[in-house]
Amino acid sequence: MLSRTAENLYWLARYVERAEYLARTIEATLRVTALPNTYIGKTNEWDSALMTAGVSASFYEIYEEADERNVVDYLSFSSANPSSIRNCIENARLNSRSVRTALTSEMWDTINSAWIDLQETWGKGTTTREELTRFLRFVQETSLRFDGSAYRTMLRNDTYWFSRLGLHLERADNTARILDVKYHVLLPEDEHVGGPLDYYQWTSILRSVSALTAYHWVYRETLKPWLIADLLILNDSLPRSLASCYGNLVRNLDQIGVAYGRQGAAQRHARGVRNRLEHSHMDDIFQHGVHEFIQEFIADNSRLGEIITKQYLI
Amino acid sequence: MAVAFDEMNGPNGDLRPAYQELSRWLKETPPDALEHRRQEAELLFRRIGITFAVYGDAEAQERLIPFDVIPRIISAKEWAILEKGLKQRVRALNMFLRDIYHGRDILRAGIIPDDLIFQNPIFRPEMNGQAVPHDVYVHIAGIDIVRVNPEDFFVLEDNARTPSGVSYMLENREIMMRLFPDLFARHRISPVEKYPNELLSALRSVAPLSASAEPTVALMTPGVYNSAYYEHSFLADKLGIELVEGRDLIVKNDEVFMRTTEGLKRVDVIYRRVDDDFLDPLTFRPDSALGVPGLMSAYAAGNITLANAVGTGIADDKAVYSYMPEIVKFYLGEEPVLKNVPTWRCREPKDLAYVLDNLAELVVKEVHGSGGYGMLIGPAATKATIEAFRDKLKREPEGFIAQPTLALSTCPTCTEAGLAPRHVDLRPFVLTGSNHVTIVPGGLTRVALKEGSLVVNSSQGGGTKDTWILDE
Repeated sequence: MLSRTAENLYWLARYVERAEYLARTIEATLRVTALPNTYIGKTNEWDSALMTAGVSASFYEIYEEADERNVVDYLSFSSANPSSIRNCIENARLNSRSVRTALTSEMWDTINSAWIDLQETWGKGTTTREELTRFLRFVQETSLRFDGSAYRTMLRNDTYWFSRLGLHLERADNTARILDVKYHVLLPEDEHVGGPLDYYQWTSILRSVSALTAYHWVYRETLKPWLIADLLILNDSLPRSLASCYGNLVRNLDQIGVAYGRQGAAQRHARGVRNRLEHSHMDDIFQHGVHEFIQEFIADNSRLGEIITKQYLI
Repeated sequence: MAVAFDEMNGPNGDLRPAYQELSRWLKETPPDALEHRRQEAELLFRRIGITFAVYGDAEAQERLIPFDVIPRIISAKEWAILEKGLKQRVRALNMFLRDIYHGRDILRAGIIPDDLIFQNPIFRPEMNGQAVPHDVYVHIAGIDIVRVNPEDFFVLEDNARTPSGVSYMLENREIMMRLFPDLFARHRISPVEKYPNELLSALRSVAPLSASAEPTVALMTPGVYNSAYYEHSFLADKLGIELVEGRDLIVKNDEVFMRTTEGLKRVDVIYRRVDDDFLDPLTFRPDSALGVPGLMSAYAAGNITLANAVGTGIADDKAVYSYMPEIVKFYLGEEPVLKNVPTWRCREPKDLAYVLDNLAELVVKEVHGSGGYGMLIGPAATKATIEAFRDKLKREPEGFIAQPTLALSTCPTCTEAGLAPRHVDLRPFVLTGSNHVTIVPGGLTRVALKEGSLVVNSSQGGGTKDTWILDE
């Protein structure tokens, strides 16, 4: 496969995943900010939404205040924000056009129709909450349709594997970012443990990674911060957990390695990260510092991105 | 200008045989059903992403070419003439190009003036004496045909560089079959779907000697921002070959490779949709980022086939075009089957004088122009435009040719006021491999949607139709 094709497939999947994650973040933030102050405290949830999206600095270059209108606009529609939902879909379409020959018609149709809708229905952004909710659902459905059509229609060869690499790398990054911003509410020694404030923060985190229901099925317990951390970091059965993402990254990289008859730095690095996750326990992680652990993970994850790029994409 | 020949309702208003079934069907079909299908077709085009870009139009970076659902029909007998004439024409074009870049018999015979070739910016001295695999220069030709009466076919242009539009021939058919299965059942229509297969076998047949038994073919595009990008990706997909950009290719030891996830892979044949000027910054425009440094030296070493060859533009120069009847006779010893439109070469003082005296009646074209740009249609132009052209002509006469304003034939077309005749042309695609010339029975019919307009170019409000060649 052309390196550029692999690169486009990889980025296409990343952009779609990122768009979905942003939509989920906005949705979760809308829920939590709708609560009375007594439940949520004085924290600015919109500010932390910006932080989990990793765009705080660029936001404040344009806006004074992180309120709902500004943040929703910046994360969803702003053309000044390179990773706004709009730009993610635009970029996904551009990448799709570049690799049309490697996409199935179902995948193309998903991205192309989303792009058309984005212009025709959502060209002017949204004005009401209701519209916004419909928009966020549209974004999530696009991602589901894209993922589903990739899963159901792509040949299982390097085109599929590179697309999956993009997806899981982006997903791991997103989950890690939420943890990075919110880790303090997960600390067991936090003084408000178990208070209503934390409860809504926790559900908000779980909603961002579509894991609220999953939590109850896995632990059959009320929300406990260390269990939430365990679910998002170490639990292999949750599709958005770091462990699950790395299981998938290793698997897809192995398949590429077998098909090409050659393993490389990317395979070794991914295996290293996965092994570390596999052999970690939540106790140790808390003892050594959740924050440090997550920061290290984010660095490792973006390092994998660089290695994959160097090994295959250029 | 005479009343145009209508291909459905012949010269005296008599329904022509090829259109009998269609005419009956049109009478049975309510107009809003047609409109409904038209909208459906448009939706399909948008969803598939069959778009083209209009340069310099930021608002409409991607536009749809309007699709007219009424097919254009050509009888088997008419097609037989066309096919014969087109094959003859393309054989002559290839022999002419081989000659121009080697022995130049035709110049020595005094048939074409030397300076028309050597002073021509589109002539490529780099190709002098350069062998091309199997002596094929024009692998893909898109020859524009027009009619003015039931008897004759005229060639309007020989597109011998990188003709586009074949994706519309194929997609229009697919969409028509989906929208009008009943109408199809009532006709015997020659299929066009073999085109990608024929194209691939033509391209593989011209691989260089140094290629392996299974030559690797790639399609080279300028990229997603090119106006014909959809077609490039469509064809690469149908052919099952890689769609490459310049940056995907690299030349090493005069061989061409593409960068793949498994390292470098040799390429033997490039179906390039990039103009000569942009192919290799070391040979042509140094500022081109679309090309591949060293490509021309790999070409000279005989390690890569470029389709079409470099330098074919000299054969579709509009002044050279005017010599095509002589070119056909010179190389093939045959009378040309297809006519040329009478052409005044403004480079010749006698012709120029005539043209300047009759500007209001003539069509004046730039010799290197395409896409309907830089053209004067005398009868439709304002006085000021005509005068502006007069100045241009006087300043640079060798840059222009003139032709009579042809009353292009018309076909029934959906308009806001119901069915009405609109002017059409036809672009069939002629393929040349190592030892055969083939044409898929069909082509791209372009239609000028504006009433009375003669400009069929998609960049200027033209649409397309499915073209049916009946197989009687």
